[in-house]
Amino acid sequence: MPKDIDAKESGIGAATKRREDIRFLTGTGNYTDDINVNGQAYVAFLRSDVAHGRITSIDTAAASAMPGVLRVFTGADFEGVGGLPCGWQVTDRHGQVMQEPGHPVLAQGKVRHVGDPIAAVVAETAEQARDAAEAIDLEIEELPAVIDMKAALQDGAPKVHDDLTSNLCYDWGFVEENKDAVAKAFDAAAHVTTLELVNNRLVANPMEPRVAVGDFNRATGESTLYTTSQNPHVIRLLMGAFVLGIPEHKLRVVAPDVGGGFGSKIFHYAEEAFCTFAAKALNRAVKWTSTRSEAFMSDAHGRDHVTKIELALDGDNNFTALRTETYANMGAYLSTFAPSVPTWLHGTLMAGNYRTPLIYVNVKAVFTNTVPVDAYRGAGRPEATFQLERVIDKAARELGVDPIALRRQNFITEFPYATPVAVEYDTGDYVATMDKLEEIADLAGFAARRAESEKAGKLRGLGVNCYIEACGIAPSNLVGQLGARAGLYESATVRVNATGGIVVMTGSHSHGQGHETSFPQVIAEMIGIPEHMVEIEHGDTANTPMGMGTYGSRSLAVGGSAMVKATEKIIAKAKKIAAHLMEASDADIELKDGKFSVAGTDKSVAWGDVTLAAYVPHNYPLEEIEPGLEETAFYDPSNFTYPAGAYACEVEVDPETGKVTIERFAAADDFGNIVNPMIVDGQVHGGIGQGIGQALLEGCVYDENGQLLSASFMDYAMPRADDLPFYQVDHSCQTPCTHNPLGVKGCGEAGAIGSPPAVVNAVVDALRSGGKDVMHIDMPLTPARVWAAMQG
Amino acid sequence: MYEFEFARPATVADAVQALTAEEAQALGGGQTLIPTLKQRLASPSVLVSLSGIAEIKGICQTDEGLLAIGGGTTHAEVAEGAGAYPALAALAGQIGDPAVRNRGTIGGSLANNDPAACYPAAALASNAVIVTHAREIAADDYFQGMFTTALEEGEIITEVRFAVPEAANYQKFLQPASRFAMVGVFVAKYFDGVRVAVTGASEEGVFRWREAEAALSANFSPDAIAGLSVAQEGMIGDIHGTKAYRAHLVGVMTKRAVSAAR
Ligand SMILES: Cc1cc2nc3c(=O)[nH]c(=O)nc-3n(C[C@H](O)[C@H](O)[C@H](O)COP(=O)(O)OP(=O)(O)OC[C@H]3O[C@@H](n4cnc5c(N)ncnc54)[C@H](O)[C@@H]3O)c2cc1C
Repeated sequence: MPKDIDAKESGIGAATKRREDIRFLTGTGNYTDDINVNGQAYVAFLRSDVAHGRITSIDTAAASAMPGVLRVFTGADFEGVGGLPCGWQVTDRHGQVMQEPGHPVLAQGKVRHVGDPIAAVVAETAEQARDAAEAIDLEIEELPAVIDMKAALQDGAPKVHDDLTSNLCYDWGFVEENKDAVAKAFDAAAHVTTLELVNNRLVANPMEPRVAVGDFNRATGESTLYTTSQNPHVIRLLMGAFVLGIPEHKLRVVAPDVGGGFGSKIFHYAEEAFCTFAAKALNRAVKWTSTRSEAFMSDAHGRDHVTKIELALDGDNNFTALRTETYANMGAYLSTFAPSVPTWLHGTLMAGNYRTPLIYVNVKAVFTNTVPVDAYRGAGRPEATFQLERVIDKAARELGVDPIALRRQNFITEFPYATPVAVEYDTGDYVATMDKLEEIADLAGFAARRAESEKAGKLRGLGVNCYIEACGIAPSNLVGQLGARAGLYESATVRVNATGGIVVMTGSHSHGQGHETSFPQVIAEMIGIPEHMVEIEHGDTANTPMGMGTYGSRSLAVGGSAMVKATEKIIAKAKKIAAHLMEASDADIELKDGKFSVAGTDKSVAWGDVTLAAYVPHNYPLEEIEPGLEETAFYDPSNFTYPAGAYACEVEVDPETGKVTIERFAAADDFGNIVNPMIVDGQVHGGIGQGIGQALLEGCVYDENGQLLSASFMDYAMPRADDLPFYQVDHSCQTPCTHNPLGVKGCGEAGAIGSPPAVVNAVVDALRSGGKDVMHIDMPLTPARVWAAMQG
Repeated sequence: MYEFEFARPATVADAVQALTAEEAQALGGGQTLIPTLKQRLASPSVLVSLSGIAEIKGICQTDEGLLAIGGGTTHAEVAEGAGAYPALAALAGQIGDPAVRNRGTIGGSLANNDPAACYPAAALASNAVIVTHAREIAADDYFQGMFTTALEEGEIITEVRFAVPEAANYQKFLQPASRFAMVGVFVAKYFDGVRVAVTGASEEGVFRWREAEAALSANFSPDAIAGLSVAQEGMIGDIHGTKAYRAHLVGVMTKRAVSAAR
């Protein structure tokens, strides 16, 4: 594949405008809430308003008699039904498998977080369902709640799950065998920097709330679930096999247009299982549309780590060892991939961009009476990057050295590089991205800008950091050894029609990433046909091959690779047909600009001639090859991909109020090869917006009784356009991935991973420039927190 | 939402009549009430929309030289049309977002008296007259604590009258999530003295900072209040800021309002 092609108009490297945006921007998208099935009924859930309690009685008689009510369901209706499964089993430092509690669809006996569904009313209208849900006579004996993770691990703490030995899910050590060697390195260190920090709990808040519509066809015995999912096949497998016992050939899951996910729509949720179950029980389609208030207390949350990190350096400021201890909040139940986030998606990234020879990571995952926590844009990698890049910054300040120089000195410069935390980086060039960053961020001009700010009575700070992530998730055999209960390949079927147009059925799922535009660019490049001849279909298990969906910046790296493999098969077969048509040998056939020619001759046939021959095989080598032109490929990557980069943030702090404004933000990323630079820019912009949101604004807060204080946009601060600066974004540093056919690495999460430490580093820098002895402030850096830090 | 009846009278008299029904409630721009209804936190039997009443809309100058704003006038209309009182127009232009400003009304805001709302600070600092269908109430007597006012049940705000000060300014420090006022200070300088009203900060709702008023009446400059501060007790403390932080912001915003007053 070509590395970089400037100003191309189509194919790989072209900034093709997103074709799906016409639909999204003109109100003609087809979101799950737009789907209305004939005769559908509506469900309203009665949710717990206490964090922890025992259901002592539940009387549904009055509710059942309300107008329009079809049926009231409670936990008792789900006794014989499976619970929501967890897709990843972590084994702890002592060889024990994690504690894995049940997760009923509707509460059985106990409620464990505010928002835990207790009962569900299905009625003719949504309002009737809601009225009746309020009429359910419920008595709950409130129990003491555990919210703080360290308190939850104390002896005698109330247990979230009575049948578990404690609130500890697992105590993971990585790499356990290195623990003593790491301790020795710390004993021998010339300098040790220690930092305690919180990675704040976040609510994903995609623009489109979750929706589920369950349907049942009595004639065929088939169930259909329309749902807001990033991975419909995964939902089909989990819900069909583990919860409801429906074989896959009797269960169709459709995720149509999905309005943002950020991870929160990966997981299998109770509402999906409920709607599918109730549709069959009632022989009526059943629809649920989350309100924003419900989303705050039922969508999986993100992050929520409390960490102590220590960095050991020798007398020359080389990193010699790193040790971290993290408490990771699981919430009240294990969401689908929750156990993997603080372990394999976090511990394996602790080397960052640096040659630290010895690393030990300890993670204690804890159950609390809060909403389950799972993957959120970056998932584990932002938590790793944040603590590492913050402790390096602190070390630089303690040692009185330039934070960029300290990083450069410790960069990994030779590839492939095997880290002490079990992954092997195939390629990268961290010096190049840092050089590029210094240029685009105009770091040379910082001193002058600081002087200007100071003249205006403001403090100005500069924060710089690097990041690395493991994307393109993931080699199935490897993740299987690590506890994944799923494979992580991807699939594609490339269907060529008789007149040459192509439909690609991909197992990847777009919930905003622009696959309908970028995937055709790849095929257009391979065959030499216009992009508009290629159409992408995704999201319906009835017509796409088994795929694992979209998260972990994997779509192009894994899904795109499957599509390339399938297209290669198409081209190979088409060449045979072309060879037959031109009475030549297949080996001599060349494909260029949509034309097959015989090498060294002027003989050629067009793409359309060959595709027509495949479906109208009058003159066709039927004895050698089948008619038709359709191929499927599954691609299982041999390694992760390792996007990396360097970010710089400049802030101004109002010393009187503590208010931080982002003045400049620059990102130099290495994503390997780029298919659509405009889409990549957009992904980076969005990611940085989310990272700045985490750093300055967003914080999901519970009180000590487990009440959610930030339960609406009145109290949960989302970033808005005027909170964000114009970005300098560059992805011209490209070290192509060595092991996938496109040489791509993935760009979906980078912005959210790389930006929070840059912001915090910058604020600390600003305050120190004003003479404040501040080394750290926990996110979000609200004006109140920054002001308090300045007061000492 | 629970079910309710809907009335849209064309005159104040008809609205007053409609509001005598059991559990009837007035609907202004709905920017506070509609979200409350959607969350099922209120269940009026009849909603009496004031949006069809022409006589409570618009802005004019009274014969006494007061600026009179109809109770049903939207924030956007005040932002656009209250040029005679620039600090007030600027305040209205900073409320919420365009959708909120195009529907929300001054009467609704003052009737609701949210402790973080903006208009109460302007009304109190200007000692505006709140005119209802039944009487006139001085702002000093009108605000009675969070979400509490001198209004009787069914009483409709038809007009609000402002004496335009020599100089005034409103400084709003945003609560990061809602973007209501975390602390908002309205300073108004009249020929006979300065008034300072603070919103967002206190558990008692909007209040006058008398100490600052006295100092500024003697010397209308930011330095005049340099040594002054409000007590932390009674300030709101929540996830967005402590009591101490809010008390501190009152000082900073007052100073800035004085500097910016025109
Ligand atoms: C996203 C958002 C952001 C906002 N930001 C701000 C902000 O920054 N600053 C700010 O100050 N406000 C803010 N608001 C509130 C907004 O200003 C509301 O418009 C206002 O508080 C209520 O006015 P309303 O006309 O919408 O009243 P409604 O919501 O219709 O009614 C509110 C209450 O007042 C009563 N009422 C209405 N009109 C009258 C009347 N004429 N006489 C007597 N009683 C009446 C109603 O019965 C009800 O009890 C925001 C609102 C939203 C939704």
